[in-house]
Amino acid sequence: MTETVLEEKKIDEKWEPKIIAFLCNWCSYAGADLAGVSRIQYPPNIRIVRVPCSGRVNPYFIIKSLVDGWDGVVVSGCHPGDCHYISGNLVARRRFAILKELLEFFGIEPGRVNFMWASAAEGERFAVLIRKVTKIVKELGPNTKFQKEWC
Amino acid sequence: MGIETDNKEIISSIRENAKLLLSENQVDVIIGYSEGTVPLSSTPIIIRKEEDVDKLIWNNLCYINLARYLAPLMPQLCDSEGNSLKIGIVAKGCVGRAVNLLAVEKQIDLDNIKMIGFNCNGIVNRSKIDLEIGEKEILDVSISGDDIIVKGHNWEKKFPYDQYINELCKVCQIKSPSATDANCIGECQELESIHDEFSDIAEFESKSADEKWAYIKDALQVCTLCYSCRQACPMCYCNLCFVDQNMPTWFGKTTQFTDIFTFHLIRAQHLAGRCVACGACSSVCPVGIDLNIITRKLEKIAKERFDYTSGLNAETIPPMMDFKMEDEEEFMLEED
Ligand code: SF4
Ligand code: SF4
Ligand code: SF4
Ligand code: FES
Repeated sequence: MTETVLEEKKIDEKWEPKIIAFLCNWCSYAGADLAGVSRIQYPPNIRIVRVPCSGRVNPYFIIKSLVDGWDGVVVSGCHPGDCHYISGNLVARRRFAILKELLEFFGIEPGRVNFMWASAAEGERFAVLIRKVTKIVKELGPNTKFQKEWC
Repeated sequence: MGIETDNKEIISSIRENAKLLLSENQVDVIIGYSEGTVPLSSTPIIIRKEEDVDKLIWNNLCYINLARYLAPLMPQLCDSEGNSLKIGIVAKGCVGRAVNLLAVEKQIDLDNIKMIGFNCNGIVNRSKIDLEIGEKEILDVSISGDDIIVKGHNWEKKFPYDQYINELCKVCQIKSPSATDANCIGECQELESIHDEFSDIAEFESKSADEKWAYIKDALQVCTLCYSCRQACPMCYCNLCFVDQNMPTWFGKTTQFTDIFTFHLIRAQHLAGRCVACGACSSVCPVGIDLNIITRKLEKIAKERFDYTSGLNAETIPPMMDFKMEDEEEFMLEED
């Protein structure tokens, strides 16, 4: 039952991925803002969650997002060296590296979970990368592996 | 030689060293292995008196990682004020690794610990034996020559050790504790680093995403979320494990595969660079799930990404407690 629904969803041309974006307050969130006020277009597929620092993003958040049905996750923080809390993003980077390797090891498409750096001045870069994330997730199709089997 | 003779030699060296430590008052208690109360197992034991050293044993069913009892310290190992006694611990290589890592993570004070080291000859894969025996009741397990002999009512089965040894023990390179004479009596070695090709999981890694997923799904499907694997793990000492957190809950307590998978994924994340590859988790699993493949992957990540092997000494900071500006970031998205 579930599978046919998802199959239909996949061929449904209108299907659009829903992507959750954890953005650092000090850089990427402002970057998204800048993209907005500069009228740079980026896909409306992302829903933003503002976090104080990419170091705040516990891997639980990412996994739980997938379990809760998001088709993709993106985490964006300040460039290395620019973190408001000095090393939050460096700590986070190691966590993300491991999470990404583990997901791939278990056979989850690596493109479901994405990490990027974008500063407050990089509205253009933010938009470009969000377009890229959206494209990656769209090609992967709906997130079925984390889907619960009842419906 | 055979493992039977090996075991006898190991037992006599453990008993001799244990006796020495107790008679010289170097330690107050010794934690070691004793005969199991059910077949295919062993039981941890705490002894305080010299005359009890004969209760200590070693055989290839001593799969428990005794470092589990050090953090949090069990009451039997504390004095009346709750301070740690001087503890002797019978240490195979992976117990030594866990002791070192617990010291780095500031869970134990090495001054209170004396390891009784020996050259471990591996443990058997109980689940594999269990599975082959099936429903029949096991009455007795013994080791003779190079075979594990399992007996029941009117039947007997031989399991050659080299075929039923735990996969982790096959590739293990740290058979005796990596420690100095100051905190280890008996067999020990000071290892700087080890070389490992991880060829045992290369084949799995080369599979396609769907094949991997199918394999993992098939392997973990039967998990009952009993958390025995966490309970047995020497590195799972958190006061409040994510499993027990409920504001919010991180995964549902259901029979859905998503929930089972999430548990294993997060636990793996927590043990990256910390797992000491003792195999206790797989050995205690009541449904016989083989978690060794995850264990090996965690070791591989630590080694290849951070050139780190857990528990080689009591100083090196594990990768997840540390960071470097120049860490690899090949997975970060970049503009094309
Ligand atoms: S995860 Fe398993 S193999 Fe690793 S330290 Fe814990 S019990 Fe040992
Ligand atoms: S699974 Fe994670 S949170 Fe739970 S005890 Fe182990 S390390 Fe701690
Ligand atoms: S011990 Fe086995 S059944 Fe229990 S939670 Fe761990 S893998 Fe699942
Ligand atoms: S403050 Fe932006 S990543 Fe730490």
